[in-house]
Amino acid sequence: MLISYQAVGLRSGLVLLSLLVLLLSFVVSVAFGQYTVPLHSVWDAFWQYDPNSIDHVIIHTTRMSRAIVACAVGAALAVSGVLMQTLTRNPLASPAIFGVNAGAVFFIVLFAQVFSVTTLNDYIWIAFVGASLAGALVYGLGSMGHDGLSPVRIVLAGAAISALFMSFTQGLLVIGQEGLDSVLFWVAGSVSGRELDTILPILPYLGAGLFVALLLSPHINILLSGDDVAKGLGQNTLLLKVALSVLIIGLAGISVALAGNIGFIGLVVPHMVRAFVGNDHKWLIPLAAVWGASLLLLSDVVSRFVLAPEEVPIGVVTALIGTPFFIYLARKGRKHG
Amino acid sequence: MAKQWVVRQRWGSFSVPYQALLALILITMVMLLVMWVSLCLGDTLIMPRDVLATFLSESSSEFAFVVEVLRLPRLLMAAMVGAALAVSGLVLQSMIRNPLASPDIIGITSGASAAAVTFLSLFAGLGMGWLPVFAIAGALVAALAIYVLAWRNGVTPMRLILVGIGVSAAMGAVTTLLIAVSSTATSITAYIWLTGSVYGSDWHDVRALAPWLLVSMPLTLCLARRINAQELGDQLATGLGISVQRLRLVLLGLSVLLAAPAVAYAGAVGFVGLIAPHIARRLVTRSFGLLMPATAMIGASLVMLADLIGRTLFQPLDIPAGVFVSAIGAPFFIFLLYRQRF
Repeated sequence: MLISYQAVGLRSGLVLLSLLVLLLSFVVSVAFGQYTVPLHSVWDAFWQYDPNSIDHVIIHTTRMSRAIVACAVGAALAVSGVLMQTLTRNPLASPAIFGVNAGAVFFIVLFAQVFSVTTLNDYIWIAFVGASLAGALVYGLGSMGHDGLSPVRIVLAGAAISALFMSFTQGLLVIGQEGLDSVLFWVAGSVSGRELDTILPILPYLGAGLFVALLLSPHINILLSGDDVAKGLGQNTLLLKVALSVLIIGLAGISVALAGNIGFIGLVVPHMVRAFVGNDHKWLIPLAAVWGASLLLLSDVVSRFVLAPEEVPIGVVTALIGTPFFIYLARKGRKHG
Repeated sequence: MAKQWVVRQRWGSFSVPYQALLALILITMVMLLVMWVSLCLGDTLIMPRDVLATFLSESSSEFAFVVEVLRLPRLLMAAMVGAALAVSGLVLQSMIRNPLASPDIIGITSGASAAAVTFLSLFAGLGMGWLPVFAIAGALVAALAIYVLAWRNGVTPMRLILVGIGVSAAMGAVTTLLIAVSSTATSITAYIWLTGSVYGSDWHDVRALAPWLLVSMPLTLCLARRINAQELGDQLATGLGISVQRLRLVLLGLSVLLAAPAVAYAGAVGFVGLIAPHIARRLVTRSFGLLMPATAMIGASLVMLADLIGRTLFQPLDIPAGVFVSAIGAPFFIFLLYRQRF
């Protein structure tokens, strides 16, 4: 018992520390860039907004929305990665396996070419519809077997559907090049250029998704011991799997719609967190959310400086920052099972 | 009634289930058909019997140039690239015991890609002949890095996967970064290379790639029994007298030996390495010795078909074969998934 209390203490400490890092990353992300805003102005911009101050205007028009998008997308991707790896019992799985990225990009290209949609705000909804549609298709194919959703099937179906959508996209781009510009944004991924008014209505859905994931975490722990055991313990595994799939598609779909295709976070952050807290989802899910958000915030800051005044694609930075740490953790091995 | 064809000889013995034999024959026929059709179709339409005639008759016919100089080397390149990548994927999936493993996800292809894009954007002055050298070196370095980084009292499949994803992500980042900073012309060349294309292949390329396959394919087949045993799990395999660690190193090396030259000459054709083994598994038994030829032929057919579509459907545009590999492979695979739902 004593040991478990100690573990809880350690983990709580870890959560606190992570939250602190997140807060720090957020402030850094708002303050630093091509134009550095002094820290006291950052403080004032929140509490005593002055429309005549350049600092305050910069924070309110560009930096804030960027930081919020990075935060939300990082958290959503990391959590949907955790759920995906659990659902498919495959460490190689990432939200992208559900076909959400490929689906979103295909729909954007399709609508850009056929219906001449051009505004960024419309794209968000189109991307979300495409992501959900691809996700639903993968889910349908993956759960057609007589024993319901099977991990291997869903992984294979996902890989196939993703590849199919990807090649449709390439085919469309070959026929007409109009979609190319708009598509590059999604392929490379970016957290900039979103208006605060567009983002804010979406955030409650993301928050709800994360909250539901946290609520389900004890049940996910049970599912982890295998379908038969979970059923024996009285769990409705089918319902749980459907819920998890909806969560994954929703969270990943929203993040693709907001920021495009940002790899690495959904795949790697879950492994990073697992190295510290093991497979207990009560800790894994909140920590993954916080780490994913911090990593994306910091990567966004770095992406502004590497090739200034040009910005580097954010996915490149996440990979370059995260990989060494990830490999270190992979070598160290997991704490539990 | 015997359900399999059994051979017992002094030099060895093997058995082939009739069903698998039938599937193998079928796959071979499909592959030959794809080859034949590919030689017929194109800018100039050639009748099937004329294609045969160019091979059979001594005197050079009017189509000899189109068939033997333009289409045949390109076809052979597509076939070899497809076969090599497919078998490389099969070897990795067997070694790591994970159905998602493929040369692209483990970092071998991405290592080659990163090296090739580095070459295209920084060292292109050396002459394009150096591109394959860079690509093969990149794949080797990536594989070596994965193995060394995954080593801790031996490598486990799990660590190999995780480190592979990491290395692959880093290489992908380097590739994207280089494309982002280099000029537009270089970016376009790099993009086409990354998609994978056998455009403009000639006999010189075929002669360069063929020896690699002549070494790696038979070598893979020789290891079939050990791979079968290894798939049972480390403990069982060790119990059967297999040095699991050494086999793992050999298999990783083999998958590089298969994938790297193919990627070097045709670019990073994706998806074949992942999908061809799965298609094969659904048609033939799970025994590696039978899976391997089936996988190789399916991979070859996929890339040949993709190239055929790429160069005929959108004439006069010549679309890289890499684009259509998944357009053909994915629906077929989804159909197989659907058929076996019970």
